[in-house]
This record gives sequence, C-alpha cells and structure tokens, in this order.
Amino acid sequence: MCRIGAIKSKEFIHPSAALHLMLPQQEGHDNSGFAMVMQDLGGVFSGHKDKPLLSLACTQKGAKIVEDYMESNNFVQLAEWIPRGVKNAKLDIQAMPYYIFRNYDYPEHYSDASQETKESLLLDTRLALRELLEKNQQGYVYSFWPDVLTLKEIGDPRDIATYFKLWDDNGALMAKNVVVQCRQNTNYDIVRYAAHPFFIQGYTLCANGENTFYTKNTEYQKSLHRGYIGFESDSQNFLYTLHYVLHQLKWPIKYYKHVITPLPFNEIETRADKAELTAIRQSLGHLEINGPNTIIAMLPSGDMMTCCDSKKLRPVVVGKDDTMVAIASEVCGLNAILPNRNQELDIYPNEREVVVINEALEVERWKQ
Amino acid sequence: METVETQDVTVNDLPWKIQYDTERCTRCGNCVATCTFQAIEAVVERRSVTISTGNQPEPINKHSAVLVIKQKNSIAHACTGCGMCEKTCPNQAIKPVRNQDSRFNLLARKGGAPIKKGGRTNLNSGRTLDKIIVGRISQMTDPALDSERHTFDILAPFGRVLPASEIPLTVTNGEINLAGKLPPVNWIYPVIFSDMSIGALSTRAWEAISLATAYLNEQYNMPVRMCSGEGGMPVKLLESEQLKYMILQIASGHFGWNRIVKAIPKMKVDPAGVLIKIGQGAKPGDGGLLPAAKVASHVQAIRGVPKADLMSPPNHQGLYSIEESVQKMFLSMNAAFKFRVPVAIKCAASATSVSVYNNLLRDPYRICGGFFLDGIQGGTGAANEVSLDNTGHPIVSKTRECYLSAVKQGRQGQIPLWSGGGVGLTGNAAADAFKMICLGANGVFIGKLLIQLMGCIGNEQGRCNSCYTGKCPAGICTQDPRLVQRLDIDKAAQNIVEYMLALDSELKKLMAPIGNSSVPVGRSDALVTTDKAIADKLAIQYVC
Repeated sequence: MCRIGAIKSKEFIHPSAALHLMLPQQEGHDNSGFAMVMQDLGGVFSGHKDKPLLSLACTQKGAKIVEDYMESNNFVQLAEWIPRGVKNAKLDIQAMPYYIFRNYDYPEHYSDASQETKESLLLDTRLALRELLEKNQQGYVYSFWPDVLTLKEIGDPRDIATYFKLWDDNGALMAKNVVVQCRQNTNYDIVRYAAHPFFIQGYTLCANGENTFYTKNTEYQKSLHRGYIGFESDSQNFLYTLHYVLHQLKWPIKYYKHVITPLPFNEIETRADKAELTAIRQSLGHLEINGPNTIIAMLPSGDMMTCCDSKKLRPVVVGKDDTMVAIASEVCGLNAILPNRNQELDIYPNEREVVVINEALEVERWKQ
Repeated sequence: METVETQDVTVNDLPWKIQYDTERCTRCGNCVATCTFQAIEAVVERRSVTISTGNQPEPINKHSAVLVIKQKNSIAHACTGCGMCEKTCPNQAIKPVRNQDSRFNLLARKGGAPIKKGGRTNLNSGRTLDKIIVGRISQMTDPALDSERHTFDILAPFGRVLPASEIPLTVTNGEINLAGKLPPVNWIYPVIFSDMSIGALSTRAWEAISLATAYLNEQYNMPVRMCSGEGGMPVKLLESEQLKYMILQIASGHFGWNRIVKAIPKMKVDPAGVLIKIGQGAKPGDGGLLPAAKVASHVQAIRGVPKADLMSPPNHQGLYSIEESVQKMFLSMNAAFKFRVPVAIKCAASATSVSVYNNLLRDPYRICGGFFLDGIQGGTGAANEVSLDNTGHPIVSKTRECYLSAVKQGRQGQIPLWSGGGVGLTGNAAADAFKMICLGANGVFIGKLLIQLMGCIGNEQGRCNSCYTGKCPAGICTQDPRLVQRLDIDKAAQNIVEYMLALDSELKKLMAPIGNSSVPVGRSDALVTTDKAIADKLAIQYVC
C-alpha cells in the first residue's frame, strides 16, 4: 500500500519535513522510492514565481535535447537549481545522470497571451519534451508549470534524500505546499512515471489504493484530453478525472466526489439535486472509481483536498496546528511533524466526506 | 396385407422414435391424450403366442388381439421428442428416443414449402462465453467485497446519455443546476425480459411473465423491465400503473399499435421505453411469422387482423435509409410520448452492426436510447429452418466490436448496448450477463430462458421446437384453449421470480471477487480465456 502525505504551511518548509511525515509510516518493504511535488516555492525560485519551472531527470544527451527544444521554441532560461548528487555506492538510489529544475520565461510572442493559451503552451511543451525524451530513452519530464517543482526517484527515501541533500536545510529548496509519496509502484513495472504524485496543468494528485476501474477509466480518458497519457499507474486516472471535472468542465470541486464515487441510485433519489446527480452519474459512469483508495490532491490555487473510496477501505487523517496542516495515510506521520497539535481535532474523513484546506489553512469538510 | 413401397415413410424416417413397452402399459390412454402432435395412437395388433400351461409340455398356438400404443409413420404427425407421453405415463412404459437415422430433412418439404421450426438455433459448436472466465480476482493489493454484506448498485441505463460536456447546466454559488432538458433515461435492472408477443406466447404465458415482472419490482425492488413483443398489449395493462414496467415494441408489422395509440390518452403512467425492432438474431432478414394456427380470436382482436398467417415484413416499409429511420421512426416514437420515454432499437447482430451503431452514435439529434443486439443463438416462435440454421451472427464478438468502436470515439455509454440471443443458453444467465457486461454491454435481454423456466421442454438439440405449430405441449406457445390450460400461471411466474432472485445473488457473487459494487461495464481486464483466438478477437487476456 502506498503511504501518501501532504503538508500545507503558512511558512516556507523544507523537504525534510515531508520526509519526517512519511518515514514513520513505512511498513515492511513499503519504501521503494521518493516523489514529491512542491508548490508556492521559496528559495532559489522565489524571484520567478509567475514563470514556468521545468522539472526533469535525464541523461546528458537528454539535457541537450531539452535545451535545443526550449531554445528553438523561444523559451528564455531564468533561474536554475541543479542538484549535485552525493555519489556514494552504498546509497540505495537508481539515480539519473542529470536533474534539472529550471525557470523559463515565456516566448516573447506570448507576452499578451491569455492564461488559457499559456496553460496550453506549457502542457504541449511538456508533452513534446516527454515524447522526445521517451523516443530517445534519454529521460523523464515531470512538470512544467509556474511555481511547481517535482522530484521523483527510485530507491530508499532516506538515501534519495541523502543523495539530493534534502536533509540539509540550506534554504535553496523551500515551499509552502508539498505533496509526497514514498513508494515506487511495486505492483507493476518500475517506471519513474508510475510514481505519484502526478501532475497536469496545476493539478497534483497522489493516491493510495487500487483502481479496479482502471481499464474503463483509461479507455474513456484517452479520448477526453490530449494530456491524458501514460497511464503507467492506475492512480493517474484520479488526477485526470480531477482535471477534467475542475479544469475542463469547470464544475465546482464538490462534484469531483460525485463523479468518482457516485451515491447509490436509491440515495440519489432522495436528494433535492437528484436531477443533476443522476445526469452526472450517467454521463460520467466511465470515470467512476471502484476499489479501495484515498486521494490527496493539490489544486492550482494551492488548496488541498482529500477524500476516500465509497467503502472507506483505505485510511487517511488530517491534523493541524496554527501554522501547518498535514494529511497522511497514518497518524504516526502527523505525530512526527505535528507532535504538539490537539489530536482531538484530527479529522478521519469518512467514505462520503471531502476535506479541503484553503490558503488560510481553514479546513472545510462536507458530505457528498 | 398392403404392399409396402420403398418411398413410404416409416417410423425410422422420423427424428424421434417411440420406445414402448407393452408389458408395462396399463392402457390408461394418458399418453395418447397428452400428445398434442398426435404422433401416437391406440391400435389393436394381432399377436401370436405359443403357450403351455399343463404339467407336461402341451404347446398351443394362440392368437389374440392386443391394444397397444403405436407411433404414426407420418411426417405431419412426427414425434417431436417433447416427452409428454413419458411424463404422464404412470408406469414408465413409453418414451421418445432420438433417431440417428432420421430422413426427416429429406421428406419434410412435401408440397414445396420450406421446413418451419420454432425456438432454437443450431449453432451448437461450443459457446464463446463458456471459454471465458473471470480471472482477475481481488487478492491482497485490493480487497474483494463480501457479496452478502456489501451493497451493490446493479442498474443499467435505458435511454440516450449525453457526454458531460453537452449537459445543459449553469454553475452558481458552487452548485450546478440543470438548465435544460436531457433525453429521458431510465435506470433499470441489467436483465430485460425480451420481446415475446401475445400470439407467439399464449395469453397465460405472457401474463405469467408480466406477473413475474411486477412481482420482482413490487416485492423485491428489482426494476426488471419486460418488452411486450410485437403483438400489442391488453388495454387493461396499458391503462394501469404497471405499464411503467413495460417496454412497448413496434416492429415492421406494427401489430397492436392501433390499440396502443388509442390508449395513450388514458395512460396513467409512461411505459419504460419503446423498442423498435428491426431484426431478430435467430432469423435475421426473415421477418416475423405467426402461423394462422396461432391467430386465435383474442390475437385477432389485439392485433386487429383476420385469421391468417401474419408475416411482419423483413424490413420497415417506407424506410430506405438509416438517416430516414432516425428522422421518422425515432422522432415519431419519441414524440408519441412527448419525449419522456426513451426509444431504443433492436437489430440482429450482423457483419454491419458496427456501422449501424456508429451511425446512431453520430446522429446529431441524440435520439437513439439504446442499441439492442440480438445474436444467432436467440430463440424465435417460428421461422423457416433455412434461416434458423444458416443465417445470423454470434453476439459476443459483435457486442465487443460495437463497444470498442464507441471507445475509439470516446462515446462509450452514450447509446447503451444491450445484448441477447444466447444469453442463458446453458441455464446460467448470471455468468453470461456478467461476461457480456465486462465486454462492454450495459445489460442483456433474455427470452427463451423465460419460457424454459415456465415449463418449455424444448432444447438446442431439436427436442420439441414446435412453437410454430400452435401445439405447444406446455401451453406456452399456443393459443389452443385446451393446451393453454396446461400452464399454471402462478407457478410459471414463481419460477421466473425465483430464478431472477438467484441470478441477482449470482451477479453479486461475480462482482464481489473483482471488487466492484457497481456494474463493471467494459471491465474486460476482469476476463481471461484459455483460447488464444478468443483472446485476440475480444482483446482480453490469454491464459494457459
């Protein structure tokens, strides 16, 4: 089972906080990788928060491919953070030769472009880079979005942190929001793209569970949007559905839960909004998820959201103090980073509940 | 003694031979009375025996006249193997036995007429569904559900479903509100009682199915729907609350629609749907056939016809294109119920099914509310044997092709796919339904299985199959009042109800291990097969 977690803080935090949240949750051979998405960045990227940030892992040749592509498409390089890995044969990490985290300015002719046009450009650029790197087997591109950084690697999370010097808080890599997960997808092929969190156009999501409707979700999503690709993990379906409901259909967030775990028909019948709920259920039946899972999502606004499957087969808990809210699969993670919080205020969302944490760290919860 | 000619029909030319034991027979006459085909008769035979009764051998030749039961050597009265004689014999003195040496096919076209047949397919070359198993079981990575404890949402759509991006809605204050009308969609049980008309069925048999339908809805909350078949409906039912359980069928003969149209103003509730029948899987392209023998006075009244062979044309007269069909038929049937009742279409599975489905999926009116695909292994009340034996298309791969074609266009689920024609052929409809659903069907329809549950003894190997004769020995496919009396309506309905309750439990028993509480439409990953060709064709996992 994937343990998943997220931290939302009023102050900038260091990735080590995410590691402290995750490591106590390890059970058995569970920790097989490390992946995180940071949003609302401080440190080296704080001066370019409105400029897209590219996160990738690649070979030397891959780096050249990316540079050439970005240059020929008129992106202008701004800030950069290139981690110099700690080379140590004893570390359990399958490191790539290069990790590139680089800010770009938009091409000049995009200066007056609408937000929507820019969003399309960023997605298309990431998809193009992915295709180029994949074709030549030269690397992986995880995100290309303003104020968002993604790091993924295979191995022991502690060793990965050592390799990237994530234990040392030197102020270079800071963020107010982090979504994190410490397991490569050990059920299927070990592929870097299969590790959560997944990202598309400002939406980040990680999931703990098994999506038994993977095939029908995937078959449907493939034709919904050009960005719905990969499907290396059955949890990507959750992200694409989130993006589709919120970004494409522009429905309010509460309808996400109605899409992925719709109410039983006999409950819908008793509701005042039964016409809408029935319409949703019948039109998006192929996006329903079935099976055990918990979802943690981060939205473009920085709001975080968590919810569970309709039978509450997988756990999640939310805890907070004055400056920080954390979400974790197991409470021991919260105890590690929020030892002094009031545990009586911890939230264990039920099978019909959605919890959203906004920028002011206000926790909103409702039943579907 | 008469001269025997070599061309004379003998009992050994018939498909079934009566095995009769004089010693056991008490001459009660039950067998002769029950045989609706008049295949046997009581005759007197001359017997010659040598007996000796004294202490010393004193053989005497004795001649006697003995009453015996004898099979008629007549094509018109050929035994059908129904076994009613055996069923009614108190002494197990008589039974039909299949005759391997039958010359029936050579002799039965006397007068130049094609051989007719009821009921069955002859495609018995191994069923695809039996070679597929549910092979993706939830183990460790995800928990299986408990079929007894968890709740399941077993419903399927009947009606046109719009893609989410086309739902007319407004968003205000974090709420979405429907801002227009959607095409009507009814969520019903994913097993429909298929279209068998009053006429093909006896009034009692039809009534038993409708009783079972109402009982399942009202006592067990199982929203099973029944399709009327092309033969109209009793006015009383049309004007009752129970009309909501019925799907009205219109086929090329339009039989019964005079009454239905007249009843519309008096209907208290809307019917569950309208099903336009274009073709039937058992005899595609051959049209409907109700022999005059079955056009009894009440059938004449309901259909508004004289006593004659009633043949529904193989196509809908006046329609020469699919676009026209959409324009005229769908719109008029929708308009008849003011666009509140979904209208679906039933076609025989065919090499062209995907084209038809694509065309309907792309129709800009969004008006087709269901695509019913009927396969070759479906039944029929009557057909020319040449059609039954030699035309049609298997349902499994065709359903899958239609689904995958919709997937390719991102339109899966928009026109619900319903599959039938062989579902439940072996008596296990739940497993068949589950597999068809995993392959992409939203639901299935069953017909032949229902009459078998009511007491039909016909099978796929040529037993009885005499629905077309009007002499149904079970009182199901006949309008002869004496034969109809044989059917116990309550018992017939009860059999159907009990079967459906078991089917519901069995469906849950299949959904639970794959971890699903709602209908797994398109979950082809749950299926595996040991047949490589089937795996390739259906795009499911090959296992060995």
